[in-house]
Amino acid sequence: MNVAETPFDFVTASFLTRIGNQSAGTLAELLTGLEHCSDASIFHHTFQTLELHHFLTEGFSNDFAQWTLASANRNDLAEQLAVLDIRDYTSIAALRSDLCRVVGDFCGAYPQFSSQSGLERFYFCESVEVTVSLGRSARTLDEFREGVAHLSHAGFYHHFISSRLRLQLQTNDFSRWLSGSLGLHTLADSVNHIDVYTDTLDSARAKMLRLIDRERRKA
Amino acid sequence: MTEVLTANRIPLENYAEVVGAGEIEELRALAKPLRGRSIEMINSTAVGGGVAEILNRLVPLAEELDLGIRWEVMQGAEEFFDVTKSFHNALHGEPYHRTPKDFEIFLSYNERNRASLRLDAEFVVIHDPQPAALVDARQAGLHHWVWRCHIDLSHPHRAVWDFLEKFVSRYDAAMFSSPEFSRQLSIPQYLFYPAIDPLSEKNCSVDPEFVEQVLHRYHIDPQRPILTQISRFDRLKDPVGVIRAYRIVKRYFDCQLVLAGGSASDDPEGALVLQDVLRAADEDPDIKILELPAWAPLEVNALQRASTIVVQKSLREGFGLTVSEALWKKKPVVASAVGGIPTQIIHKHTGLLAHSVEGTAYQIRFLLSHPEIAAKFGENGHEHVKENFLITQKLKRYLALFLLLDRH
Repeated sequence: MNVAETPFDFVTASFLTRIGNQSAGTLAELLTGLEHCSDASIFHHTFQTLELHHFLTEGFSNDFAQWTLASANRNDLAEQLAVLDIRDYTSIAALRSDLCRVVGDFCGAYPQFSSQSGLERFYFCESVEVTVSLGRSARTLDEFREGVAHLSHAGFYHHFISSRLRLQLQTNDFSRWLSGSLGLHTLADSVNHIDVYTDTLDSARAKMLRLIDRERRKA
Repeated sequence: MTEVLTANRIPLENYAEVVGAGEIEELRALAKPLRGRSIEMINSTAVGGGVAEILNRLVPLAEELDLGIRWEVMQGAEEFFDVTKSFHNALHGEPYHRTPKDFEIFLSYNERNRASLRLDAEFVVIHDPQPAALVDARQAGLHHWVWRCHIDLSHPHRAVWDFLEKFVSRYDAAMFSSPEFSRQLSIPQYLFYPAIDPLSEKNCSVDPEFVEQVLHRYHIDPQRPILTQISRFDRLKDPVGVIRAYRIVKRYFDCQLVLAGGSASDDPEGALVLQDVLRAADEDPDIKILELPAWAPLEVNALQRASTIVVQKSLREGFGLTVSEALWKKKPVVASAVGGIPTQIIHKHTGLLAHSVEGTAYQIRFLLSHPEIAAKFGENGHEHVKENFLITQKLKRYLALFLLLDRH
């Protein structure tokens, strides 16, 4: 069995939601907010919302899309916002730019809708991350499997989803370690392709454990 | 000084069956750097009200994590609580008729409590406006003080808020139940949801036979759809509006309506509302108006579990934890989009939001016509509560906040 020189250190992350000073009642105000809110706010309403609402596997992918659908009642724009896939982004700047483009194009094409008031206001918030070591590490695939199986949702989310942004790569902590430290490139790739939008955190983890078990049987 | 000793302890490990062992391990990991550190929670009542109910659960769990936590209640006489009651209403946007001595009385009781409370913990959490001025006891640069506001400050009376803001701005942070309730402040503001305890009598699993007994006791037919609103008899909960919505639904479905709340006997305004409700019900045998005893958690639990649809048609709301209670029981919910309700009801995912009597009736009819969608909302709602509105999550937020304050 391969033994990694660099262990995988399991951590957990807890997020506090910091309430910002911006809010939006119309699509035009949403666009202004998107242009000026902090990077942490864009992260909160796109990446973080996937953890908060991971149990929703259809029709919900970020807070901007949900507000546009449920409060502004613009299904067409909501769909365009919902299909933005955070896995395609390695920087908040790029994600913000696309969000602004989509909303800006819509407001330009349908100015009559851009100033209509939504049913409820949208409040821009930020995620503040607090990470703590779980005191558990892995050097082998067996230890790694054990650690993944026991992670909380927040810990799994931290390593599997929010790490994409931290690493500035289109990968995640798990895949990076499996490939870089254990040389399991195919497994790393398969793990990276688990769909975080159509899976819950639990079902994503179950798929990952099945992939690991298949790899262990090969050994 | 009155230190509150909490009863009804439930071991932390018992929650692993509900939230998973990983969540409990995570709580232990977050608490580890805080082990032995002192925390002081201060509010104005040890019994009654949502804050006391939450602290009763939260404090023993924090103790199990080896945190040096204590809960103390400030002391006051009738004149003080009269003032804070008028402040409370004014902060909710209701008219306020200031008497010259109001602010003086408020400050004088806070000063007396400063002398009797310890206020020496490393983390001091002050709940709500009543003890807000205790911050005067804070020694500059020492310890961390945070203010947890459980009320809606979206439209406060100017004079009262201006008075309180001078104290609030001296805390390290403030926490609100909804972004809508927050104010423009110079200090960081965080979102802290109220929480339910999944193992409490109000939310634990109950024997189906007990549910049947409760239905039988109140002459509710288990074979026909049951619409339920659990709330005190208060105009802001719009019980008469619920009856109007029920009447629209009744044209299409042979359903029953249960309006259950605490007894209105010691609440003059509640008694008046109850009279209005009885008048609106007009002796319809399918409308059950239940005045439950002051503390009847198991009956509430059973009624929620027996419901086909739970309604919360409030006109204004703080957070509306009855919504989380219903969602936890996997019930489809139709609720007004006010206060903290939209945080709990993600429209078309964990339930349906409504903005009028007619809208409420329409959403109820939709769910009665589509039981498979109603069931899906109930499942999603349960997960939403598990992820965000359980007491274990609330404890986690406090731990994260203390760690964050400590690092800065």
